[in-house]
Amino acid sequence: MAEQVLALDGLEKRFGALKATDGVSLTLEDGEIHALIGPNGAGKSTLIHQIAGTLKPDAGSIRFLGRDIGHLGVAERARLGLGRTFQVSSLAPEFSALRNVMLAVQARQGSSFRFWRPVMRDAALTEPAMAALERVGLAGRARVPAAELSHGERRQLEIAIALALGSRAFLLDEPMAGMGPEGSKALTGFLDGLRAEAPILLVEHDMDAVFALADRISVLVYGRIIATGSVEAIRNDPAVREAYLGEPA
Amino acid sequence: MSLALFIEQLLNGLQFGVMLFLMAAGLTLIFGVMGLINLAHGSLFMVGAFACASVAAATGSFWLGLAASLAAAAAAGAVIEILVIRRLYDRDHLDQVLATFALILIFSEGTRWVFGSFPLYLDIPALLSGAVHLPGGAQYPVYRLAVIGVGILVAVGLYLLIGRTRLGMRIRAGESDREMIGALGVDIRTLYTLVFALGAALAGLAGAMVGALQSVQVGMGEPVLILAFVVIVIGGIGSIKGALVGSILVGVTDTLGRFLLPAAFGLVMEPSAAAGVGAALASMLIYVVMALILAVRPQGLFSAHA
Amino acid sequence: MSRETAVSLAFLALLLALPFAAQALDEPFYITLATRMAILALAATGLNIALGLGGLVSFGHAAFFGIGGYAAGILATHAFNNEPLLLGLPGTNQMIVMWIVGAAVAGLVALAIGLISLRTSGVYFIMITLAFAQMIYYFAISWPAYGGEDGLSIYVRNAFPGVNTLKPMSFFLICYALLLAALALFWRLRDSRFGAALQAGRQNPVRLAAVGIAPFRIRLVAFVASGMVTAVAGALFADLNRFVSPSMLSWHMSGELIVLIILGGVGRLAGAVAGAMLYVLFEFVLGGMTEHWQLFLGLILLAVVLFARGGLIGLLAGRPRHG
Repeated sequence: MAEQVLALDGLEKRFGALKATDGVSLTLEDGEIHALIGPNGAGKSTLIHQIAGTLKPDAGSIRFLGRDIGHLGVAERARLGLGRTFQVSSLAPEFSALRNVMLAVQARQGSSFRFWRPVMRDAALTEPAMAALERVGLAGRARVPAAELSHGERRQLEIAIALALGSRAFLLDEPMAGMGPEGSKALTGFLDGLRAEAPILLVEHDMDAVFALADRISVLVYGRIIATGSVEAIRNDPAVREAYLGEPA
Repeated sequence: MSLALFIEQLLNGLQFGVMLFLMAAGLTLIFGVMGLINLAHGSLFMVGAFACASVAAATGSFWLGLAASLAAAAAAGAVIEILVIRRLYDRDHLDQVLATFALILIFSEGTRWVFGSFPLYLDIPALLSGAVHLPGGAQYPVYRLAVIGVGILVAVGLYLLIGRTRLGMRIRAGESDREMIGALGVDIRTLYTLVFALGAALAGLAGAMVGALQSVQVGMGEPVLILAFVVIVIGGIGSIKGALVGSILVGVTDTLGRFLLPAAFGLVMEPSAAAGVGAALASMLIYVVMALILAVRPQGLFSAHA
Repeated sequence: MSRETAVSLAFLALLLALPFAAQALDEPFYITLATRMAILALAATGLNIALGLGGLVSFGHAAFFGIGGYAAGILATHAFNNEPLLLGLPGTNQMIVMWIVGAAVAGLVALAIGLISLRTSGVYFIMITLAFAQMIYYFAISWPAYGGEDGLSIYVRNAFPGVNTLKPMSFFLICYALLLAALALFWRLRDSRFGAALQAGRQNPVRLAAVGIAPFRIRLVAFVASGMVTAVAGALFADLNRFVSPSMLSWHMSGELIVLIILGGVGRLAGAVAGAMLYVLFEFVLGGMTEHWQLFLGLILLAVVLFARGGLIGLLAGRPRHG
């Protein structure tokens, strides 16, 4: 069995009477894309928030690279190598695409308390940032403020930021959302190659992308994981067909 | 130190706290419902005091003055809400701070223009001019007790208004979801104007009542405003209950601190030095209390926006 | 050269030219006016680090301004009376020492205020900074040793090595040089790695944390640096007026500093300079016409906030560019 990078065990989160996360256990292993699917309101975003550290679970543990990270804040988890993209793009809107990525590079270098040297003349920041932009195909838009990028370009920029962080695992929250068919296809190809670098926990509604990419799929319904398995196993799982896929496939 | 003196100071603190509550309740309501920080709330306090003092001087009736203060402050509140404040709900806090700071300049300087720089004085109404006997032999002014009574009535009234009436239901709905209340067909613009005018009227009432205890002058609202901010920060923004608890805490702490600290230092220092050190530290006491509470609960005691 | 650089240099040149023109016309009052502009610009440049770059709406910067002023006043008083200050240390009439002492004390106070207030955000931060500044204001009023409510006079303007500070022009040039130094600091900070993190925290603190940088420490450092710069301006202001009083610590002063920045341009290098020049000009021109000039200032400010966001620099140089 490949090494477990991320392991959730018995995670629970309540909002009043609602159990948004109800005993979730799952693992993310080296080299894989593990897709998390489920109907709207199943608790996917709540789960991502708990992994990233914006929400504290009521019970259960989160282990990352063999370490319990349940008590760490968002920034500390990010520094350990948990790279995250947001369902709704979350960028520094006034900064150019390049400067958004440079921020990640400087965070990775742990060097935010340097007060004098201009960042734009600092090759140690601009070069890795440019390289990350090139990888996601956004180099041509490097100088455009994030606020002026198209929706799809912002998703690409989020991924470039996660790349520049040197993440040891990626949490991608609906990276295909709002992308045209061309963009989705290009991104699918890119993520396919990315898994060799670090495993990906992929929350996605685009089933074509999920079935094309996932090594394993977990299905979340009403806060519970009702099935985990290969693409084939999930396609043929009667519980999943009933609860989620709905119509006969 | 006698018990009578202590009780007197305690009541003074309570009266001060009640006055702060009238200010803080409006501020916290306006913040809770509209998300607006209103620095000009102190100006509405001043408007109430000036309206009361000038109408009372013209008619000879404190009660007409009191009614005028409510009307004037509510009207001033409604007018600035419609002309200015309404444009600020969707702006960031910096814009809100600056625009309401500009309103302070306009109100203060406008009032100075109309009434001049000399303070006005307001007499305590004959009905409330006596004193009652306290246990221990001291006397306490009826007027101050009446202020405490008014504050309690307002607190109960607000509780009923927000908890039990249709308007209160709309206020609570507006607090949780602006979109929803719009969808329910409630005219949100009118609701906001009403809430703002209500907060203004409470500030005006506080100003009028305080006007009979101290001089009525330009700038009298700002020290109270800042203390009301301290109250809200302690109580939790948006919470009426927090405003009540915070007001009493701040009012009593401040008053007793000014009374007890110099006496306490007097035990270990010579009297004149003790008075100086005690007074200086007493003036900082409520801010120290605020800092301590924030260190434990950064969102205040009863935060409605955790 | 970008348009913003050109506009910034034009304002700085104008401010420098003003006292020389005044001297040529033998109107020394205008030198004082220009000095006032330079000092307020320095104070607001300090605030602009926290407010403009970090988005921290501090409504308590008068505390740091006043602390700088009192550092100058107290040191000068002890030197004048030849009384030891603390632990046998003497007072001084050297400006440089005053700036350092003022900045150091303000830095410590900013650290304490920041540690508490920066755990909150938004309206809480505004109210808490206002409250702490008010605490220091009341302390200054009720502490009798240094004049209390009446304030403290500085009988002779303090000294600077090799300069006759009694000459208005010399004192202006000292203030102007410090303003340039603060602007250089602001400029380098803005473009540095620290500045990138600080500005990203203003634009989107969630993003900053998601790349692994906790906003708190970044903001704390910015808040302390901001307070220290404003304190130096306070020491100069005391020397300009030869007088320190609690009014330097008042909430009104805090409001004025924010107003300067809004008039000039939030987060812009020369925003504080343009704003201070405009403000002092208003004060002078409107104040000459009516004693109720603050009413008109209020109306102008209201119009700027509601209809002309971006301030003078925004008007002249367009929106900011971030490389």
